[in-house]
Amino acid sequence: LTPETDEALLEAVRRDDPAAFERFVARYGRRIYGFGLRVCGEPEDAKDVAQDTLLQAFRSLKGVAEAKALKTWLYRVASNACRMKRRRGKFEPERELSLDELMPRLDDAGPGDLVPDFRPLPDESASREELRASLRAAVDALPPHYRIVLVLRDMEELDTREVAEALELPESTVKMRLHRARLQVRKTLEERLGA
Amino acid sequence: MTAARRHGTEECRAIFARLSEYLDQEPDADLCERIDEHLADCAPCEAFLASLRRTVDLLGDVEPVELPASVRQEILDRIGRLRD
Repeated sequence: LTPETDEALLEAVRRDDPAAFERFVARYGRRIYGFGLRVCGEPEDAKDVAQDTLLQAFRSLKGVAEAKALKTWLYRVASNACRMKRRRGKFEPERELSLDELMPRLDDAGPGDLVPDFRPLPDESASREELRASLRAAVDALPPHYRIVLVLRDMEELDTREVAEALELPESTVKMRLHRARLQVRKTLEERLGA
Repeated sequence: MTAARRHGTEECRAIFARLSEYLDQEPDADLCERIDEHLADCAPCEAFLASLRRTVDLLGDVEPVELPASVRQEILDRIGRLRD
């Protein structure tokens, strides 16, 4: 059986097919919940993000012009729900990390010499569970405005333009934050797991 | 034979700033070529790129989270109430 396309699903929603929204929840509920969990960190917040996003989808989905815009639209609503959660929590200014903070350390032998000490990240050496826990900790430790970009780009697999649209940011800002977020995660993994 | 490039130069720093774009195949052809040439001659930058690529691969391999059945049901119940 061929899976239902987003186009067909959106069309069924527009026709008020009674089962269409259940199929929509089956398709996107897990992704939105997972996104909320990775960005907000707490299951209770992820539940609220999933509920807010899917209820908003129920109210507004018919107004989404094209199926290809659906994913970006959903993540924009979910991202806003995550931001609202953050505003209710502790306020932290959105500082940008400098690249110098994330570069490998300098060699004592002289300024400008980077230490060629890029320890390999583990393949077989670390247990899968240790790796998973370290990765989760590294992502959780990111500043929230970096974490959301990394989760959308590298875990939810949106492209740069889609992330920019979902977060209503310039693509240049997305690229800058993504790079710093990856560097920070790499650094944390190396510190925790490097040989 | 080309002598190995000395690591830690301004070029290394410039390349370092663009490595994610390079991994994502986003820079223009000229910049990609410049990075390719640099990496071919700078083992530490090449090794660093490999570890960054591995990090991105690990992030992409994270297993999806399941939507708890209770949350799914709660959402469908709320939608049902909106329909009534």
